[in-house]
Amino acid sequence: MVVMSDILVQGVQMLLVLLLAPLLTGFVRKMKARLVRRQGASIFQPYRDLLRLLRKEVVLADNASWLFRVTPYVTFAAIWVAAALVPTFATGLLFNWTADLIAIVALLGSARFFLALAGMDVGTSFGGIGSSREVMIAALAEPAMLLFVFCIALVAGSTQLSTVANFMASSYVGLRVSLGMAMIALIMVALAENARIPVDNPATHLELTMVHEAMVLEYSGRHLAMIEFGAFLKLLLYISLIACVFLPWKIAVFGTGPSSYAIGAVAYLVKLAAAGFFLALFETATAKMRVFRIPQFLGAALMLGLLGTLLLFVSKSF
Amino acid sequence: MSAVVVQMLCVAGLLGSVVLAIVLNRSRMATAIIYGATLAASAIALTGAVHWLLGDTASASDLTLPIGLPWLGSHFRLDPLASFFLIVVNLGGAAASLYGLGYGHHEPAPHRVLPFFPAFLAGMNLVVLADDAFSYLLCWEFMSLVSWALVMAHHREAGNTKDGYVYLVMASFGTLALLLAFGLLAGPAGDYGFAAIRAAQHRPYVATLVLILMLLGAGSKSGLVPLHVWLPLAHPAAPSHVSALMSGVMTKVAIYGFIRVVFDLLGPPSWPASVVILILGGITAVMGILYAMMERDLKRLLAYSTIENVGVIFAGLGLALAFQANGLKLLAALAFTAALFHVLNHSFFKSLLFFGAGAVLTATGERDMDKLGGLIHRMPFTSFAVLVGCVATSALPPFNGFVSEWLMFQAVLQSPELPQWALKITVPAVGALLALAAALAAACFVKAYGVTFLGRPRSLAAETAEEVDRYALSAMFVLAALCLLAGILPGVVIDALSPITRQILGGRMPIQINEPWLSIAPIAEGRSSYNGLLVMVFITISASSAVVFIHRFASRALRRGPAWGCGFSDPNPAAQYSGGSFAQPIRRVFGTLVFRARDHVEMPAPGDIRPARLRIELHDLIWERMYEPIAGVVGFSADKLNRLQFLTIRRYLSLVFATLVTLLLVLAIWS
Repeated sequence: MVVMSDILVQGVQMLLVLLLAPLLTGFVRKMKARLVRRQGASIFQPYRDLLRLLRKEVVLADNASWLFRVTPYVTFAAIWVAAALVPTFATGLLFNWTADLIAIVALLGSARFFLALAGMDVGTSFGGIGSSREVMIAALAEPAMLLFVFCIALVAGSTQLSTVANFMASSYVGLRVSLGMAMIALIMVALAENARIPVDNPATHLELTMVHEAMVLEYSGRHLAMIEFGAFLKLLLYISLIACVFLPWKIAVFGTGPSSYAIGAVAYLVKLAAAGFFLALFETATAKMRVFRIPQFLGAALMLGLLGTLLLFVSKSF
Repeated sequence: MSAVVVQMLCVAGLLGSVVLAIVLNRSRMATAIIYGATLAASAIALTGAVHWLLGDTASASDLTLPIGLPWLGSHFRLDPLASFFLIVVNLGGAAASLYGLGYGHHEPAPHRVLPFFPAFLAGMNLVVLADDAFSYLLCWEFMSLVSWALVMAHHREAGNTKDGYVYLVMASFGTLALLLAFGLLAGPAGDYGFAAIRAAQHRPYVATLVLILMLLGAGSKSGLVPLHVWLPLAHPAAPSHVSALMSGVMTKVAIYGFIRVVFDLLGPPSWPASVVILILGGITAVMGILYAMMERDLKRLLAYSTIENVGVIFAGLGLALAFQANGLKLLAALAFTAALFHVLNHSFFKSLLFFGAGAVLTATGERDMDKLGGLIHRMPFTSFAVLVGCVATSALPPFNGFVSEWLMFQAVLQSPELPQWALKITVPAVGALLALAAALAAACFVKAYGVTFLGRPRSLAAETAEEVDRYALSAMFVLAALCLLAGILPGVVIDALSPITRQILGGRMPIQINEPWLSIAPIAEGRSSYNGLLVMVFITISASSAVVFIHRFASRALRRGPAWGCGFSDPNPAAQYSGGSFAQPIRRVFGTLVFRARDHVEMPAPGDIRPARLRIELHDLIWERMYEPIAGVVGFSADKLNRLQFLTIRRYLSLVFATLVTLLLVLAIWS
């Protein structure tokens, strides 16, 4: 019986992230448009885009290999599994002992690894430039992310997200310098990993200024739909992660009744909307950086993470 | 028959194959016979070692042979630590022999490889089995010399003689360091048996000196920065299955030597030593992978990546030493297990990747990645196996590389328990270096795989490549399967390693096999756990459900067309991204600092028909600042001393007389 309800909560969360991810992206786009006084497309436009892509035929480059065709599914699956491991409205997921935060980072790394390979598969310069820049960004973002994980794990005494969320929701935490540093580092990493301004521009289609879009330039039809869906999921994942670690407000603790689940779900939606709004606000207020300024940006995230971790090594009370 | 006798018989079998190889000489059957014999001997030794490690490890198995020093004899011993490294050696040996069955037929001069190959394996087995300093050093030197012969197998190729020379010098230097270390350990009494050394009390300064000498001796053999310089020269020069052994296995034998002396023979550790090892390990990891990132020769790239992995292993060992010095046995066992797990993993995927590089070399005759490309179409099986190796070495789940990396991070996270300030600051910094190295490794292997196997072929050789034979393929697929198995069943491996941590550190990790669903939980389930099997199942289920959904509801239409080139499709495959251009962003970020990298662009004036040129200037600062001055001093003094060769007999005699008088004077003043 307990197992049944566990599976139910886990299953609901897995489907929830799947359903909400395009909506979040649509919401961010709408907000961005409104902030610059444009009307903008409907917030349901990403769903329509996905359906449209699914209905289209795939145009595959002549020398694309099996790797190119498998990659969209592998990336999507890796990101989805990672997203299912992050508590959204309730902690104590059934799978929480399957993989911890380090494994989530590595799962996202797997997705990126295959996407970068696929970018090189066709053998055009655009794929290559995208892949090479993507791995450069990842080579700095991933250690920064791991240092954030160290920082959190030292405070909460665990790398399991459910345990971390429960700990953060409790009253033991209070304000800490190290957590503040970790949060800024995580937000910087999230911007870089999701190809947002100031690191990359998700809206541009000028091949030379973009990173992520250049890498997936050759994709079309259902393959592109899977990759886009993966990108939506990844944005949701990072926002859920920030929410569950730093704002675990009203998150339902494992084993409480359906009413707390309902409250948790509403709180989660509010958090997503707020995060989406702030993301849109930030993106309209900032310009994109030159590619070779990115290392400095991510280096700052890396240093913040390291400082936070070192502070915790010095004293648990920071 | 005791377990150690079985191992010694296998070694005897390997030495017998050496004789056989010399007898057969250039016969056509020699390749098949010798590799078949080494395969059989390694397989038996492997089975014996696995059986012993999983079975009764309560009492070690000893053997004394009446050779060696007259009053000592030769001691050999099988204990849990030795049996683990025997597994690594013989697994690598068996895989390389299997690979050699097919690959050996492409060897232009098999008689230069065949006698040395089983000798090399025998040497590595004996180093691990040796139980007294004399046998150990003898076997170590034997291993070095035989591997030097294998490096020189293709001595007519340009550069190989120089590579072999550098290797010989570094190997002799390493042996010298080990010789001094064992001399200090044996003390004035001169008892060279490991049992006696273990029982003796060593003074603190002796312990420090031995540690430094071991870092020099074992460190130079395993490729610790800055003693790594020979490794990217020598490993690629050998035939590919030997490269796999040198990189995947011989570096591990050196690490075995380090563990044996520092953890086992030296007695209780002191914490400052661990700081040195941690820092060296962290720097080695990052430097190794940065060198690899800049490399365009496939086999050299793999050799540099070995340096990275050795750094990771040393960092784990340093951490284990730090915990051990503070009496935290469980945590020491965790860090030590992480290091040993990585030893095993690295022997799997590095051998696999070198086999893959050998397959590419057989098929195309090229090691330069910028002349390859598109091999995934021509060599589908090789490219699949190599992909598995690349994913595993990039520490991505659900493969094995991730598990050892994960254990390492878990150990790093426990270090606030350490009381010393220096360690409190060093450990997280080294953790950050390891994270950086892991991320760069993923970038590096995207480059290696993408440029070699994907894209369009950049040369005729790559365009007309053929898949390699089935022996080579089966060797690669066995290792790929092991990479996956160790990744999804890590609990089994951790439990198998527990006799070793109990023997060396006196503690062990909790039993993992009882955890539900084959998870691993190194400290407690509430702290952290990981389940590779379930991660794999989840990814498989979600990927296949996505595929099913798509094929059910989405359009299945597919059209092939030319790639989109933004209105101008360049037909020339050289216009693709190459290894150098792929590495450019990372070269800009790290290279200016580490390699003094500069890009020089020669742009001819408009109207000039000369091509524009981009030249990349890279400096190997360690080579230029450390080795070139030493080589300069040696060369200079040799030049000056050369004069002594041309003295008259009278002058020689006066020289001898003067020396004698000086020595007698020194002796008189001394006493």
